[in-house]
Amino acid sequence: MRREPPQRLGDYGPLFFPAGMLTLFFVVPFATMIAVSFFQREQGGFYTPAFVLDNYARFLSLFFGKVLGFSLFLAVAVAIACVAVGVPFTYLLARSARKTQIAWLVALLSILSLSEVMIGFAWSTLFSRTAGITNLFVWLGLMSQAQALTPSFGAVMTAMTYQAFPYTVLVLYPALVRLDPTLAEAARTLGASPVKAFFTVVVPALRNTILATLIMVFIFALGSYLLPQLLGRPQHWTLSVLITDQAIYQSNMPFAAAMAVFLVLVSLALVGLAVYAGRQKEAK
Amino acid sequence: MTVLRRLLFFVVGLFLALPLIVVAGVSINQRQTLAFPPQGFSLAWYGQIFTNPEWRNALVASLALAATSALLALLIALPLAWFLWRRLAPWANIFQLLGVAPFTLPPVITALGLLTFWATTGLYGQAWTAAISHGIFFVTLPLVTLSLGFSAIDRSLVEAAATMGADDRTIFRTVVLPLILPYIVSGYAFAFVLSLNEYIVAYMTVGFTMETLPIKIFNALRYGYTPTMASVTVLFLVIAAVVFGLVARLGDLPKLLGALSEDK
Amino acid sequence: MSGLILEHVTKQFGTFTAVNDVNLSVADGSFVCLLGPSGCGKTTLMRMIAGLDLPTGGSIRLSGADITQVPTHKRDLGMVFQSLALFPHLTVGENIAYSLRIRGADKDAQKKRVDELLAMIHLPGFADRSVSKLSGGQRQRVAIARALAISPKLFLLDEPLSALDAKLREAMQVELRQLQQRLGITTIVVTHDQREAMTMADTVVVMNGGEIRQAAAPVDIYRRPADSFVADFIGQTNLLPFETDSAGRAAVLGTSIEGFAPFAGPAKGMLSVRPEDVQLVPAGNGSIPAQVTFVRDLGGTIETFVEAGGQQVIAVSSPRNRPEVHVGQTVGIKLDPATSVVLSK
Repeated sequence: MRREPPQRLGDYGPLFFPAGMLTLFFVVPFATMIAVSFFQREQGGFYTPAFVLDNYARFLSLFFGKVLGFSLFLAVAVAIACVAVGVPFTYLLARSARKTQIAWLVALLSILSLSEVMIGFAWSTLFSRTAGITNLFVWLGLMSQAQALTPSFGAVMTAMTYQAFPYTVLVLYPALVRLDPTLAEAARTLGASPVKAFFTVVVPALRNTILATLIMVFIFALGSYLLPQLLGRPQHWTLSVLITDQAIYQSNMPFAAAMAVFLVLVSLALVGLAVYAGRQKEAK
Repeated sequence: MTVLRRLLFFVVGLFLALPLIVVAGVSINQRQTLAFPPQGFSLAWYGQIFTNPEWRNALVASLALAATSALLALLIALPLAWFLWRRLAPWANIFQLLGVAPFTLPPVITALGLLTFWATTGLYGQAWTAAISHGIFFVTLPLVTLSLGFSAIDRSLVEAAATMGADDRTIFRTVVLPLILPYIVSGYAFAFVLSLNEYIVAYMTVGFTMETLPIKIFNALRYGYTPTMASVTVLFLVIAAVVFGLVARLGDLPKLLGALSEDK
Repeated sequence: MSGLILEHVTKQFGTFTAVNDVNLSVADGSFVCLLGPSGCGKTTLMRMIAGLDLPTGGSIRLSGADITQVPTHKRDLGMVFQSLALFPHLTVGENIAYSLRIRGADKDAQKKRVDELLAMIHLPGFADRSVSKLSGGQRQRVAIARALAISPKLFLLDEPLSALDAKLREAMQVELRQLQQRLGITTIVVTHDQREAMTMADTVVVMNGGEIRQAAAPVDIYRRPADSFVADFIGQTNLLPFETDSAGRAAVLGTSIEGFAPFAGPAKGMLSVRPEDVQLVPAGNGSIPAQVTFVRDLGGTIETFVEAGGQQVIAVSSPRNRPEVHVGQTVGIKLDPATSVVLSK
């Protein structure tokens, strides 16, 4: 079957419903949000059409700068942690027996789909005083008394890594499965140990994939909004939390929208970078 | 290498399993306390999900939302993926991009966009708006699986059917649809499971009028602890594992996730 | 008018001309092979006959009716694809019955026809098997049976045997030809394998650069190639430049040859001489002087490579007339005007 350009109006038929739905319920809401970001906020949670830059001007505050800085820092830290463990893990997974791969993939998908609320709840339990991991440490004699490990930065970081790790593996998986296995074998015949072959051949060959994955995981981590709330203190709140907070609890839609637009721009720039990194990989 | 592999797999496995083991443990506590190892044994907290009207309503709402929104996502993705595969129309890729965007961007953005939209149109809070919101938000999943499924169809099969006398409609019914069916099922399954677990879009669109299970857990967390949260978490984990296990059994999971097919 | 008639058929993809002004008529019941190197336009030509591609110029008529623009599914053809294109979600029987099923034939008629076809391809009782469980040769036969289910007017095969190993391919060639003769069905096969074309076809159509270079019976293609491309593409040949002087005497490789005057008056051209028609003789006596550079003894045949007038010439002989030569020896070449073909280009 040769693909042909649509000839008659009827050929466009299948496109009507998807195009209409995506336009009406994604493009229009998106545009609405952008519009609202320029609106004037009124007292009592309302806003009136206008074109003001006040909402964007608020970015210039120290508070906002801190939140943005922390969000970016947290996302970078999570991305690095996930990729550092994810690359060797996925490499070994891709070279495992098929049955092993399937079992891991099912497990990873299940955890990936697990609600952020539930992940937050699970870690708050594990980090709690009464049912937490410290009880195990006490039993092992490592600690004298069980204690709560939340709220803390470590808890937020751990749970977000937990949430992003399956995503990291699934992003890396296609590239690593397709990686030519003779590459590492060739390095072995030239005298490199398996570990050395991994770091001197596999990692450099995957440089662009790793970079693209870092960016993807970074964006994924930027989207985390519940874990900082459930496991951290207010100073651990991220931009996503702030947007939700402004929209729902402070009823300041224009400001929330402005922050969301800003987040979109940051994400799009990074997606572009990731795509570019991916292209570089293909061009090689 | 084998030792290293086992060690890494063990550490990663432990890290991934530990919180779930603890949650499973606290879900069978006899009394309403947060304790691990569990004190006593009781499945009452699982029973709660179905007998306590609040939890049961949340479960029903979640299942209904997941079932309808996954169906909607599929109905959007199937014709789009088919069109992109069948026709040469590079400009139509913009819709592919639109379909993938909600899932790639931080979810709070889609959530906020839909919130402003539903608020502006005056429809905010209606249950069905959540179904549409999730349908759009998760359209990526069937779109990706179906695009993959279509690209896996050897185009000469379609040509062969045409030489044997089948017109476009017959070809779709007798050749394309049967071959794409596993991808339809897995696309639906992915969207279903993720919708079941989704929090922020649901919360921002219908959070004040309807409680899905994730919303219910979050709300409950604010008033303290009840082991039902743990039993719901375990239930959802089991649902996800069963669904993805079935997808793996039905189709080729490694291929679906981007590996080369085994027989190539 | 019966048979398949192509007139001025042309296919352009953008600025690239895949098939250029092809005229061909295929008689009812005959077996035609479209032969040529990859990219010569043979597959595109077949796809136009099938309606999978539409010509940008010219017309195609089948049994008198113009089918140039008729959609594929209304042409009542049978076609075997290079990939075979067996439906993986259907059993062997369902694959074969497909064209009957979509035409609304009743279940019993379908079953009867499937059994008939399975018997014809020597795979009785295979109806319920999965196609993925078949061997290469079995898949091949199923694809053929499926294409023949409706007894089509035209049977098309695109590189049908290319996936098979050499031995099986040769056996299938014979089988396919016998089947075609028994059914008397008009058949067109696309192939790049000249042995395959020679084995099966009534008419071999040699294509290159989107054009038909020659369409003739296999033996004529071999014995009387129309141009140097055909001569070189079909089997092995020696292409030797020659000149005739004003007296009409011809000189090949710098040696004038007696009794050989293809043109009156001065002219230049090429001579195609098959290796088995090159005779090695002792030097002198009017023969073309040559030097032996290599001898290849293949058991069944012996190929002697010689250099004459700065060009390599190959002579093939049977073990019975083994030439007693060794590398470096000076010998003579004799050409028989009767078996040498004069080519203008």
